[in-house]
Amino acid sequence: MTLPVRRFDAIVVGAGGSGMRAALELARADLKVAVLSKVFPTRSHTVAAQGGIAAPLANSTEDNWHWHMYDTVKGSDYLGDQDAIEYMCRRANEVVVELEHMGMPFDRLESGKIYQRPFGGHTQNYGSAKMAMRACAAADRTGHAMLHTLYQQNVRANTQFFVEWMALDLVRDPQDGAVLGVTALEMETGEVSILQAKATIFATGGAGRIFFASTNAFINTGDGLGMVARAGLPLEDMEFYQFHPTGVYGAGVLITEGVRGEGGFLVNKDGERFMERYAPNAKDLASRDVVSRAMTTEIKEGRGCGPHKDHVLLKLNHLKPEDIMHRLPGIREISIKFANADPIRDPIPVVPTVHYQMGGIPTKYTGHVVVPEGNNMESIVPGFYAVGECACVSVHGANRLGTNSLLDLVVFGKAAGESLIKDLKSMPSPHRNLPRDAGEISRARLARLEGSSAGERVSDVLLDLRRTMQAHCGVFRFPEDLIEGVQKMKSIADRAGRTFIADKSKVFNTARVEALELDNLVEAALATIVSAEARKESRGAQARADFPERNDKDWMKHTLWYKDGNRLAYKPVHLKPMTVESFEPKVRTY
Amino acid sequence: MKISIYRYDPDKDAKPYMKDYEVTPEHSDNMLLDLLVRVKDMDDSFAFRRSCREGVCGSDAMNINGKNGLACTTKIADLPEQVTLRPLPGLPVIRDLIVDMTQFFKQYHSIKPYVVNHDAPPERERLQSPEEREELNGLYECILCACCSTSCPSFWWNPDKFVGPAGLLQAYRFLADTRDQETSERLDNLQDPYRLFRCHSIMNCVDACPKGLNPTRAIGKIKDLMVRRAV
Repeated sequence: MTLPVRRFDAIVVGAGGSGMRAALELARADLKVAVLSKVFPTRSHTVAAQGGIAAPLANSTEDNWHWHMYDTVKGSDYLGDQDAIEYMCRRANEVVVELEHMGMPFDRLESGKIYQRPFGGHTQNYGSAKMAMRACAAADRTGHAMLHTLYQQNVRANTQFFVEWMALDLVRDPQDGAVLGVTALEMETGEVSILQAKATIFATGGAGRIFFASTNAFINTGDGLGMVARAGLPLEDMEFYQFHPTGVYGAGVLITEGVRGEGGFLVNKDGERFMERYAPNAKDLASRDVVSRAMTTEIKEGRGCGPHKDHVLLKLNHLKPEDIMHRLPGIREISIKFANADPIRDPIPVVPTVHYQMGGIPTKYTGHVVVPEGNNMESIVPGFYAVGECACVSVHGANRLGTNSLLDLVVFGKAAGESLIKDLKSMPSPHRNLPRDAGEISRARLARLEGSSAGERVSDVLLDLRRTMQAHCGVFRFPEDLIEGVQKMKSIADRAGRTFIADKSKVFNTARVEALELDNLVEAALATIVSAEARKESRGAQARADFPERNDKDWMKHTLWYKDGNRLAYKPVHLKPMTVESFEPKVRTY
Repeated sequence: MKISIYRYDPDKDAKPYMKDYEVTPEHSDNMLLDLLVRVKDMDDSFAFRRSCREGVCGSDAMNINGKNGLACTTKIADLPEQVTLRPLPGLPVIRDLIVDMTQFFKQYHSIKPYVVNHDAPPERERLQSPEEREELNGLYECILCACCSTSCPSFWWNPDKFVGPAGLLQAYRFLADTRDQETSERLDNLQDPYRLFRCHSIMNCVDACPKGLNPTRAIGKIKDLMVRRAV
C-alpha cells in the first residue's frame, strides 16, 4: 500500500507556543508551510501556563540578562548549556516586547509598562537575597494570553493549519539520515498520508502523562519523543522531570508559583512556614526542585496535613481579597472547583506534582537537532529542528526555573524559524526522493491495531505505566525502586505491543489515537527510568537516596538514551557561554 | 449513575441513537469528565474531545442535561442521578459528542481577532494604563469552547451570517484595546442586519459561559459604539 504524499517547503508538528511562534516566523517568508496539530491550536497545553514569562525588563526592580543567565545556570544545577542559556536570556526582552506588540494582554504597572512579579529562583545581582521581579504576567493566565495571541497572529498571517492531524512517524533518508517529513493521521477521516517537506520542526510538547499525578493535559503524550526514538535518534536528559511544588491535592491541577510570588507560603500540620528551614533566603521562592523535596520530606517525617498527613497547605488568605481576585483570579476559580477551598478564606491543599520535562530531543540554540556521529557529538540531522518542551537545547538542565518555559518557547520557536529560512536558501529546489519504504513503520503500527481481535485494553497498560513511573521514579529515587522500575517498564513496553481496540471505525477513532499515543508514552517512560537508574548522583530534579550529592567529576554530562537496546551514551555540557565568562559550578543554596 | 449519551458513527450507524451507561463513581472522581473516561474504559468506541481537564483549553464542551458546559468543570456532586449528554446543538456532528466547529471558527476569524496598529513598533512595550488594561478583563479570557454560540437561537438560525456571542465578545476585546487603531473598520465590519444586530439579548450565552463571561454586555457596548459613531 502506498500512502498519498503532500509536499510542502516546511512542516511544523505541534501548534502550542513554540510551534506557533516558529510558524509565524515562517509565514513572514514566502514558503509553503503546514502546521499539524492533534488539537485545535488554542487547546494546546501552553494554554495552561499561569504565572508568567521571564524577561529582565527591569520594570519594577533592577535587572539584566546577566543576572537572569546566572539564575538559569544555577537553577539548572549546572547541567544547562551555557551558550544556549546566554542566547535565551539575551533575546528575552526582544521576544517579550514582540508579544506585547502582537497584542498580548499583559497586566500593567502604573507606569503603563508590563507588570512583573517575583518568582522562584529569580534574584538580583547573581543570587543575592534580593528577588528580581522578572515574571511578566497576564494575571495568572499568561499561557492562555500568549497562546491565543500567537494563534491570532497566525490567523492574520494566513498560516495553513492541519487541525486534528496526528503525526505518527518520521520519514528519513537512509543515505544521510535527513528528515524528509512525517506520516500523519487525519483524525476525522482516518486517512493516513505522508507530509513531505524539506524541513521539519517538531514542537510536540512534553510527556508528563507518563506519571500518575501530573499537571499535564491528556494530550501531553510525548508524540515527538516516540517518533524520534523509533527513528533511531536519541533522547537527552530524560531523567529530569520537574515536580511542581503546588499541584492541587488529589486532582493534580496546577497552582502557579505566582501565588508564592504574590506573597503566599506553604505550611505544615503545625502551621509552620517550613521553607524557612530549607531555604533561609529565598524561602518559598526557592527553586522548584528544592521546594518539592522540602514538602516531600515534611510529609515523610509526619508533618503533612489532613487525616492521612499526605499533603501540605498553601496559604494566601493573609493577602488582600482584591489582590487575589485581581492577580490570581484563575487560581481562585481552580481552587474553588478542584479543592473546594476559596483561597480568600481557606488554604489550598497541595502536593508536588509532575509538571515539566527538562529533557527531550537533543538540539542546539539554532533549533537544529544534533546527534552523535563518529567523533562529533553534535552533528546536525539535516532538515530537522525541535523546539519547546519536546526539545532539550538545554537551557533548563536538571531543573527549570518558573517562567523560563514560556520564554524558551518563543525564543527558540523564533530561532528555529530563522534557521530554517536560512537553511532552505541553500537547499536544492526539488524535494528529495522518498525512500521506497516511507511510511512502513506507521503502516505496520496501524495494521496491528486494525487486525487485533483480542488483547489488553490500552487504558489498563497505560494505568500500569503511569503507576509504575510514579512509584519508581518520584521526587526521591531509591536504587532498588529504579532497578525494579526498569524491569517493570520493559514488560509494560512489551504489553503495549499486544493491546487491542474494539473500535475499528475510520471516523474520529479516539481509541486508535490513544493506542498510538501509548506507543509514544512507552518510549518516553523507558527513556526516563533507564536514564534515571544509570545516573548515580543527585542533581536538580533527580534526587537519589543512595547518591545524595551532585558529582561534577563523573556526572557533569548529558545523558543520551537510544531505544535500540535501551543503550545510553553521554556528551559534555557546554560550560562556555557565547560571549561572557562561564559560571563555575558551586554548591547550590537558596 | 445512569449516563445516557448521544451516539453516532457515520461509518456504521444509519442514524444517531442514545445509549445508556451505568457508572459507579469512584472516590477520586470529581468531575463529569472523570465519568466519561470510565465510560470510554467500558466502551472504547465512545468518542469525545478532552485535553487540559481544568477548564482552560475548551475541548470538552457538550450539552449536559440540556445546558451547554464543560465536562471537566462540571461537578459530579451537582448532577442528578440521570445524566443526558448530547453534542453542542446546532453544529454538524462528526461522531458522538464531537462536532464540526468550522462555522464557529470562521465567525471568530471574521472579526479580525488581532490587534492592528499601524505605527512603527517602539523599542519597548507600548504603554497602557492599568485602567485601560482593565477594559480587557472579562473579554480576553474566552477559551473558544463554543458553549455560548451554540446555545444562541440567533446563531442556530444564521450561523453563516450572525457572528455569534463568542465572535462578538472577541470583536469587542479588540475594540476595547487602546493599542488597536482600527475601530472604524471593525465597526464597518459589523454594520449589517445580521453580523451584530441578530443579537436579541436572549442571554443564553451568559448563562452558558463556563468562564463566567458576559457576551451580551460586550455586544451592548459594540452597539453603543455604533450609535456614538452615528451621531
